[in-house]
Amino acid sequence: MNLKLCEVAKPGFFTTVQDLGRFGFQRYGVPVSGAMDTYAFTAANLLVGNKPNDACLEITLIGPKLLFLSEAQIALTGAAFYPTVNEERVACWQTLQVHKGEALSFGSSQNGCRAYLAVRGGINVPVVLGSRSTYGRGDFGGFHGRRLNAGDLLEAHESTAPLASGFWMPTEAVPEYTGELLVEVVLGPQTDCFTERGLETFLSGVYEVTTESDRMGYRLEGAEVERKDLMDIVSDAIPVGAIQVPRNGKPIILMRDAQSTGGYPKIAVVTTPDVSRLGQVKPRDRIRFSKVSPSKAREGLLEHLKALSMLKGRLVESEL
Amino acid sequence: MQTLYQSAKYLPVGDNALLVEFGSTVSLDVNRRVHVLDHVISKAKLKGVKECVPTYRSLLIYYDPSETSYEPLIFKIKDLEAKLEGSSVFAHERVLEVPVVYGNEYGPDLGYVSRYHGLHEEEVAQLHSGRDYTVYMIGFVAGFPYLGEVAGEIATPRLKTPRLRVLAGSVGIAEKQTGIYPCESPGGWQIIGRTPLRLFDIEKRPPALILPGDTVRFRPVEKEEFENLSRDE
Repeated sequence: MNLKLCEVAKPGFFTTVQDLGRFGFQRYGVPVSGAMDTYAFTAANLLVGNKPNDACLEITLIGPKLLFLSEAQIALTGAAFYPTVNEERVACWQTLQVHKGEALSFGSSQNGCRAYLAVRGGINVPVVLGSRSTYGRGDFGGFHGRRLNAGDLLEAHESTAPLASGFWMPTEAVPEYTGELLVEVVLGPQTDCFTERGLETFLSGVYEVTTESDRMGYRLEGAEVERKDLMDIVSDAIPVGAIQVPRNGKPIILMRDAQSTGGYPKIAVVTTPDVSRLGQVKPRDRIRFSKVSPSKAREGLLEHLKALSMLKGRLVESEL
Repeated sequence: MQTLYQSAKYLPVGDNALLVEFGSTVSLDVNRRVHVLDHVISKAKLKGVKECVPTYRSLLIYYDPSETSYEPLIFKIKDLEAKLEGSSVFAHERVLEVPVVYGNEYGPDLGYVSRYHGLHEEEVAQLHSGRDYTVYMIGFVAGFPYLGEVAGEIATPRLKTPRLRVLAGSVGIAEKQTGIYPCESPGGWQIIGRTPLRLFDIEKRPPALILPGDTVRFRPVEKEEFENLSRDE
């Protein structure tokens, strides 16, 4: 059963349907896609009693305006975009009851880049190659393979029952987005393409995120990373979070919609938890890189996965 | 020239992947190893291995660290790799014929490529369609096959400024590689023709038409056949 959820009155800057990503198809050139900030995404789903992988809206920099066509239980997490329902401020990181005919609007974000809107039951779009995430370049996944436009009608899965009571996320589990981020990286796999000085520059410099940054990757401005030569490598696979350095020496962090293969040498790969944190970085924010050993990074990933699996238990029940 | 490393390199990639690299150049020997290892790993169904991405010269292996740790996984993969010699490569060995209209609006760079080499357009088309190609990998966008190698006489550098819009089905050359754009996208390859074949279909498993292990042969066709075939696709 499907529920007419809402009409998109204004699409916002860049709003897409995402889940946790499309796995198993990178060998066919398909990027993983999925929520850029997996922590905020997962939290949004849990706040409406969904499974962690149910489809949500990912909202970027400027929020949409949505007119609700039925009763709905929703949650907003991630960057604070000053959401209002019928022009009254509503809170983020908690379950909200929205009524038929009400309008959800957003301001713009001061801190953070992306917000997530979860709806009880999950956004209903077809599963394509195992995922509901949007892959714009391939024109598939999400809502007709594209970002939302004005006039689009979104459906939700009609879940068995609405929640009897809501939840909120305790403050200590709500991240702060400061515009400065120390990003943990594992060096390699092509460190041998860089000089000692290049590696030092990379690990000591402050890099600014440029406006040429999107779900495919972030181009950075800052000290040029010196390469041993200007020969590119024979193309190999690009994991999410890989940092490639083209001939101009300016690093590019490849994000979830990046192409699956490429020929620029990769100086390092961002750890999984910090790829998620990078999802909240916006143009003009500042990044520094810090090196961790592969084994330390793996321990960090296990802790991160454990924290995500325990997130549900941290929610506080409240009246709706 | 020694193209295969003496022994494969095992490199950690981020916190959840492992790269097995067999060489640093484009070589049939190296690429064959990559695909054989990929095949052997998928048959072995190693616990915790989530996804493998074979490319020209290396195999990227993603694993779930909550199901396996790094060292035992390397140990198992080295064991499989040691037995690669003599393994058969692919379950399927297909020859795929790809119909192509060369030149004019179908191949806007055929003129440039032929002038670059001092050849007639027909000669470029003949050289391009006159040999069998190996599928080295799929990458760049969903279903894009990297094929090689083209005859030295038609190997051409990429465009100085990439096009913002390359049509689906466009057949291009970049140095010694040739490839086919499965969907409309930006691109910097020299476009010499276009095929009506649909290279990527989300309803099919696998979704990509052309796969490593296939042999690809281009067949020159006229516009009329292209239009007829387009209707069938």
